[in-house]
Amino acid sequence: MERTADRAREIWEQFKHFYEEMYFAPYRRTMLKEIQNEEDVFKLLAFSEMLGLPNPVSYYTMELTPFMLEEFHEWHQRMGMEKSPLDGFKCC
Amino acid sequence: MSEPVLLTLGALALFFLGYRFYSKYLAERVYRLDPDFRTPAHEFRDGVDHLPTNKFVLWGHHFSSVAGAAPIVGPAIAVIWGWGPALLWVVLGTIFFAGMHDLGTLWASVRNKGKSVGVITNTVIGARAKGLFLLIIFFLLLMVNAVFAVVIANLFTNFPSSVIPYWLQIPVAMTIGYLVYKRGMGLLGPSLVGLFLLFVFIFIGASNPVAMPETVLGIPSAGFWVIVMLLYGAIASRLPVWLLLQPRDYINSHMLFLGLGVMYLGLLFTQPEFNAPFFNSAVPEGTPPLIPLLFVTIACGAISGFHGLVSSGTSSKQLNKETDARFVGYFGAMGEGLLALIAIMATAAGFATIDNWSQHYGSWATASAGGVGAFVTGAGNFIASLGIPPEVGTTFISIMIVAFAATTLDTSMRLQRFILGEIGEQYKVAPLKNINVATVVAFLSCVALAFLADPSNPGQGGMKLWPLFGTTNQLTAGLSLIVITLMLWKWGRNYLVSLIPLVFVVVMTTWSMVHNIMGYISQGNTLLTIVGILILSLNVWLILEGILAWRRGRDEPLHPGTSA
Repeated sequence: MERTADRAREIWEQFKHFYEEMYFAPYRRTMLKEIQNEEDVFKLLAFSEMLGLPNPVSYYTMELTPFMLEEFHEWHQRMGMEKSPLDGFKCC
Repeated sequence: MSEPVLLTLGALALFFLGYRFYSKYLAERVYRLDPDFRTPAHEFRDGVDHLPTNKFVLWGHHFSSVAGAAPIVGPAIAVIWGWGPALLWVVLGTIFFAGMHDLGTLWASVRNKGKSVGVITNTVIGARAKGLFLLIIFFLLLMVNAVFAVVIANLFTNFPSSVIPYWLQIPVAMTIGYLVYKRGMGLLGPSLVGLFLLFVFIFIGASNPVAMPETVLGIPSAGFWVIVMLLYGAIASRLPVWLLLQPRDYINSHMLFLGLGVMYLGLLFTQPEFNAPFFNSAVPEGTPPLIPLLFVTIACGAISGFHGLVSSGTSSKQLNKETDARFVGYFGAMGEGLLALIAIMATAAGFATIDNWSQHYGSWATASAGGVGAFVTGAGNFIASLGIPPEVGTTFISIMIVAFAATTLDTSMRLQRFILGEIGEQYKVAPLKNINVATVVAFLSCVALAFLADPSNPGQGGMKLWPLFGTTNQLTAGLSLIVITLMLWKWGRNYLVSLIPLVFVVVMTTWSMVHNIMGYISQGNTLLTIVGILILSLNVWLILEGILAWRRGRDEPLHPGTSA
C-alpha cells in the first residue's frame, strides 16, 4: 500500500515537473538572457571605479565585491576572457 | 460508420504507419541517428541556449511552437477544389514531406553544432546572403501580421461572441504571469483557475455577442478590427515576455490539446457525411488552378519552412539524445497534420447541406476570407454532437484560432522589431536600431500592406497575400531541403528521400509564384507585383545557388568541421 502511494506521489511529481517545464522551457532562454543583461549592468555599476568612472556609492559597492567574486569570474569567462581583465580584482 | 469518419481513421492509421515504419527507416538507415552522439545540448551546455531536455517536454514545446492558425487557414481555403486533393496532400505531405523535413532539419542542425538552417546555408552559399535573408524574413513576418490580423478581424465580425472572451483572456494571462513570476506561485493552480475562467468567459461571450456597426470611422468593421489588432500587436510586443506572451502561449497549448481532442471526438459522435465534392470540377470563376496553387495554399499542415526554423533554432540545441529527433521532429510534424486533417473534415463535412457549403465556397474571395469561418462553423457542429450548445462550441473554436493568431501576431511583431534592428545595423540606418521607431515602422508597414494590397476591400489585403505567404514559407522549406540533400549526398546516404520533395516543392513554388505575379500584373496591383517579383527572384537565386553548391561540393567538403 505504501509502495503504491510512493509510486503515485512520484508520478504526480513527474507530472508537475513536466507541466512546469512546458511553461518555462520555451521562454527560458529569453528570461535568462534578460537576467544576465540586468546583472551585467549591475556589475558595471559595482566595478565602475575600476574602469575609471566615478561612483558616488563606492563605499557600498566595495563591500559587495567579495560576494560578487564567483559571478564576476563566470562573467569574464562568458565574455571569452580566460583571466580577469581588472588589475585590482583577481578572481582567478 | 460514415465516410468522413472512415477516411479520418484511415488517415490516422497511415500517420501511424508513417511514424512506425518510414520515420524508423529515416532515423536508422538515412540519418543514422546515434544514441551515443554528443548532442549540442551536452557539448555546449550553458543552461541558456543549450540544455538537455526531456523528449516529451521538447515535443510539447516543438509542437506548440509550430502548430498555430496556419494549418487551419490553408486547408480551410483549399477545400474549394474539393476535399480529395486537400486530404491527399495533407496525408502524403505530412508522412513523406513534413516529417522528413522536420526530422532532417533537427538532424542537420545537431550535426552542425546546433546552428540554425540559415547559418548552415550561409556557410554553403556565402556571407553576402545575410542581408537578403533578413529582408525575406522581414517580408515573411510582414505577411504573417497582415494575414493573421485579417483572420482575427473576420472571426470577430462573423462570430461576435468571441470578442468578450478574447479580450478577457488578456488580463487572465497577465494575472497568471504576475502570480508565477512576481509572487512565486506554483503553476498548476493559477493555470487551472485561468482555464476555468476562460470557459466561463466563453459562456458569457456566447450569450453576449459584441457586434460592431457595419462601418466604423468610415471604414468597414473588419478593417477597423485589423487596425485594432495591429495596434494591440505593437503594444503587446513591447510588454515583457513573462507578462502576456508566455502565459497566453501556455493557455493556448491547453486549448490546442483540448480542442483537438474535442473536435475528433465530436467527429466520431456526429458521423457526418461529406457536403463538399471529392473533386470540385465546377470551381467558381476566378479560382486559381489546383496545380500548383494547392501546394502553397496548404503550406503548414503538409510541409512548412517555419518548422525548419524552430527545429534548427531552438529544438536542436535542447535535444538530449540524437535518437530523440525522431519523436520530436517527425511526430511534431504529425501533430500539425492532425490539425490540418480535422480542418478538412470540418470544412468538408461539418455543414448541414451542400447549399451551406456552397455559400462559403461560392467564390475564391469568400473562400479565402471565409475559410476559417467555415472551419469554425463545421467544428462547432461536430462539438454540438457532444451535447455542447453550438454557439458555445463555435465560440470555443473561434477563440482557439483568435488566440493562436494573436500570439503569432505578438511574436512576429517582436521578431520584426529585431529584424528591423539588424537591417538598421547591416545597412547603417541608425533610427531603425531604436526599439520604439522599429515598432512604429513594423506597425505602419503592416497597416499599409493590409490596406494597400487590396484597395477595393480596406483592411482585407492580408488574405490576398496568403499565396505569397505560402510561397515564402515553402521557399524556406526548400532552403532546408537543399541543406539536407547536400549533406546526405555528400555522406553517401539515400538523398532521394529529400531530393524528391525538394524538386517537388521548388517546382510548385516557382510555378505558383509565376502564376500569382501574372495575376497581379493583370489586376494592375503594383505592390503585390513588386513583393511577388522579389520573392520569385530569391527563389530563382536559391535554385542557382543550390546547383552551384552541389557542383562545388563534388570537390570539397560541404561543411568544414562536420563529420559523417
